[in-house]
Amino acid sequence: MFPDVIDTRPLRRAVDNGLNWVVRNWGTELEAAASPLLRLLNAIEQLLLATPWWLIIAILVGVAWLATRRWQLPLVVFLSMIFLGVMDLWRDAMVTTALMIAATLTAIVISIPIGVWMSRSTRVRQIVTPVLDLMQTMPSFVYLIPTVMIFGPGRIPALIATIVYASPPLMRLTDLGLRNVDPAVMEASQAFGATPTQKLFGVQIPLALPTILAGVNQTTMMALAMVVIASMIGAGGLGYQVLQGIGRLEVSRGLFAGLGIVALAIIFDRITQAYGKRLQARIGISEAR
Amino acid sequence: MGEQTQQNDIAIRMRGVTKIFGPDPQIALALLRSGKSKDDVQAETGHVVGLDNVSLNIARSQIFVVMGLSGSGKSTLIRHVNRLIDPTAGEIEVGGEDVLSMNLEQLRDFRRTKIAMVFQKFGLLPHRSVLANVAYGLEVRGVKKAEREEKAAQWIETVGLQGYENSRPRQLSGGQQQRVGLARALAMDTEIILMDEAFSALDPLIRSGMQDQLLELQQSLHKTILFITHDFDEALKIGNRIAVLKDGAVQQEGKPEDIVLNPSNAHIEDFVRDVNKARAIHVRTIMDTSKIEPSVLTVPEDARCEDVLPYFAEHDWIGVVNADGKQIGQITAKRVIKALARYSPDVPTPAGE
Repeated sequence: MFPDVIDTRPLRRAVDNGLNWVVRNWGTELEAAASPLLRLLNAIEQLLLATPWWLIIAILVGVAWLATRRWQLPLVVFLSMIFLGVMDLWRDAMVTTALMIAATLTAIVISIPIGVWMSRSTRVRQIVTPVLDLMQTMPSFVYLIPTVMIFGPGRIPALIATIVYASPPLMRLTDLGLRNVDPAVMEASQAFGATPTQKLFGVQIPLALPTILAGVNQTTMMALAMVVIASMIGAGGLGYQVLQGIGRLEVSRGLFAGLGIVALAIIFDRITQAYGKRLQARIGISEAR
Repeated sequence: MGEQTQQNDIAIRMRGVTKIFGPDPQIALALLRSGKSKDDVQAETGHVVGLDNVSLNIARSQIFVVMGLSGSGKSTLIRHVNRLIDPTAGEIEVGGEDVLSMNLEQLRDFRRTKIAMVFQKFGLLPHRSVLANVAYGLEVRGVKKAEREEKAAQWIETVGLQGYENSRPRQLSGGQQQRVGLARALAMDTEIILMDEAFSALDPLIRSGMQDQLLELQQSLHKTILFITHDFDEALKIGNRIAVLKDGAVQQEGKPEDIVLNPSNAHIEDFVRDVNKARAIHVRTIMDTSKIEPSVLTVPEDARCEDVLPYFAEHDWIGVVNADGKQIGQITAKRVIKALARYSPDVPTPAGE
């Protein structure tokens, strides 16, 4: 085996003690800092649970119709929602949807400005890209341990873990979309004396919007992929049902809850994709390039 | 006093403008100044010479054409005028203002109010209507919505696109898109317009129509237009003056006819050879004004060589009259033949040199 070059025990102990020190001295402050996230999640969850089931179905079917103007997607959405209701998964599905929406909204607020920053400075991009790689490849349990230690088991660490896992694609695609805006259009804007702000909001973001929306789509999918892991530390919802199914060796419970997650994924994936396509057609990026 | 008026007649003045692309342009600049060629500088330092000591005086209210093949630096040159590219060395004055000493805020203000540009690839905003595209420059300038849309609508009508106000650029043909680009520049109401290969991406017939439209507009607008092209015929058709650029350096600058009649080197002769000289050369530039014999047959002074050729089947010479009908010279078949003959370095150039 590889020879012992140094004794790693002091290093490990230092890391562990450092974290313990943070938890002891900063635990309350960090928890207070994260409380807006919790309030956001709770508000969305309460709203979804207080809304009658038929209204939620009507809204989602309506949104699907607006996004495609065809009958296929609204039908798929309708059948998926009925499945969740009939299988007695409605409440869990709403809890999971709330987690996904809260994580996606937070990811949008954080990732788009960082993506804009990356697109403007090669140096920032060189620094942020490896961090994003790390966020995406590091097993999520690894950062679940410290977040659980700091915030205690519950919804905050679950939400934070979901955000960490779900934001990188949005940052990457925002950066990519802004960098790929037709240079001829950018030059024209510059020649007319546009300020950086006028260029960003008048030209770059509108033209990059389809790519940014593809990033939002990725983020919703990654957030849904995190729900089982998030439920291990107290997120509840469909993921918790899967976890219980495993724990009690109840195949049916795990299977139906799993299918419920698939149903949610299909609904949100297809709706955001359809909006992206509509937007792209309206801007006419493909023809303009 | 005379000096003063002359200064005011110059809209764009470039003096010794040199642009070198690469990580350390100063080293390459020193080499270039020591007399090395563009190729030598590139071989030794890896730096690309974009412009080499370009000096031009562009007078007000005329169409000045910079003509050159791809890679000659013409697109680099035009981008120096509104400082989309910063020069490595040299001076640039536009409307008496030193462009290079402007800070970022002054430069933006200058671009918003003094100079407009038309692009080869149109550079239209695909997510906006034609109306909003034409109004874009005014919007950047901060003009109120109602006012800028009214102005934009006027210019859309002037370029012949009424009815397309709410279309998207992609729904228009190439020629129509460039009309939008032209209207956007004209709506700025600036004295100077830069046109970077504005018609090069268009089909020949459409291009010819756009050239006619530009000339027609220019008769009433009297803008200073710096026009870049690789097409010598286009340069001859629309240019009041032409500068020929090669390897980033100006080879020859003058009136279209000067260049056709007296190409200063073999490179320019290459362009001139393929041109229909009979159409490019006006009789007034080659007529003989030394003796005026009364003549029954006359042509106006802005007739072209091809217009007088049929007369020479029967006559040796015919008279040339000015706009008032007064005979101001005469033109012989020999002079026309000399003007149309191919340039060769060994034969003395025709009169006028």
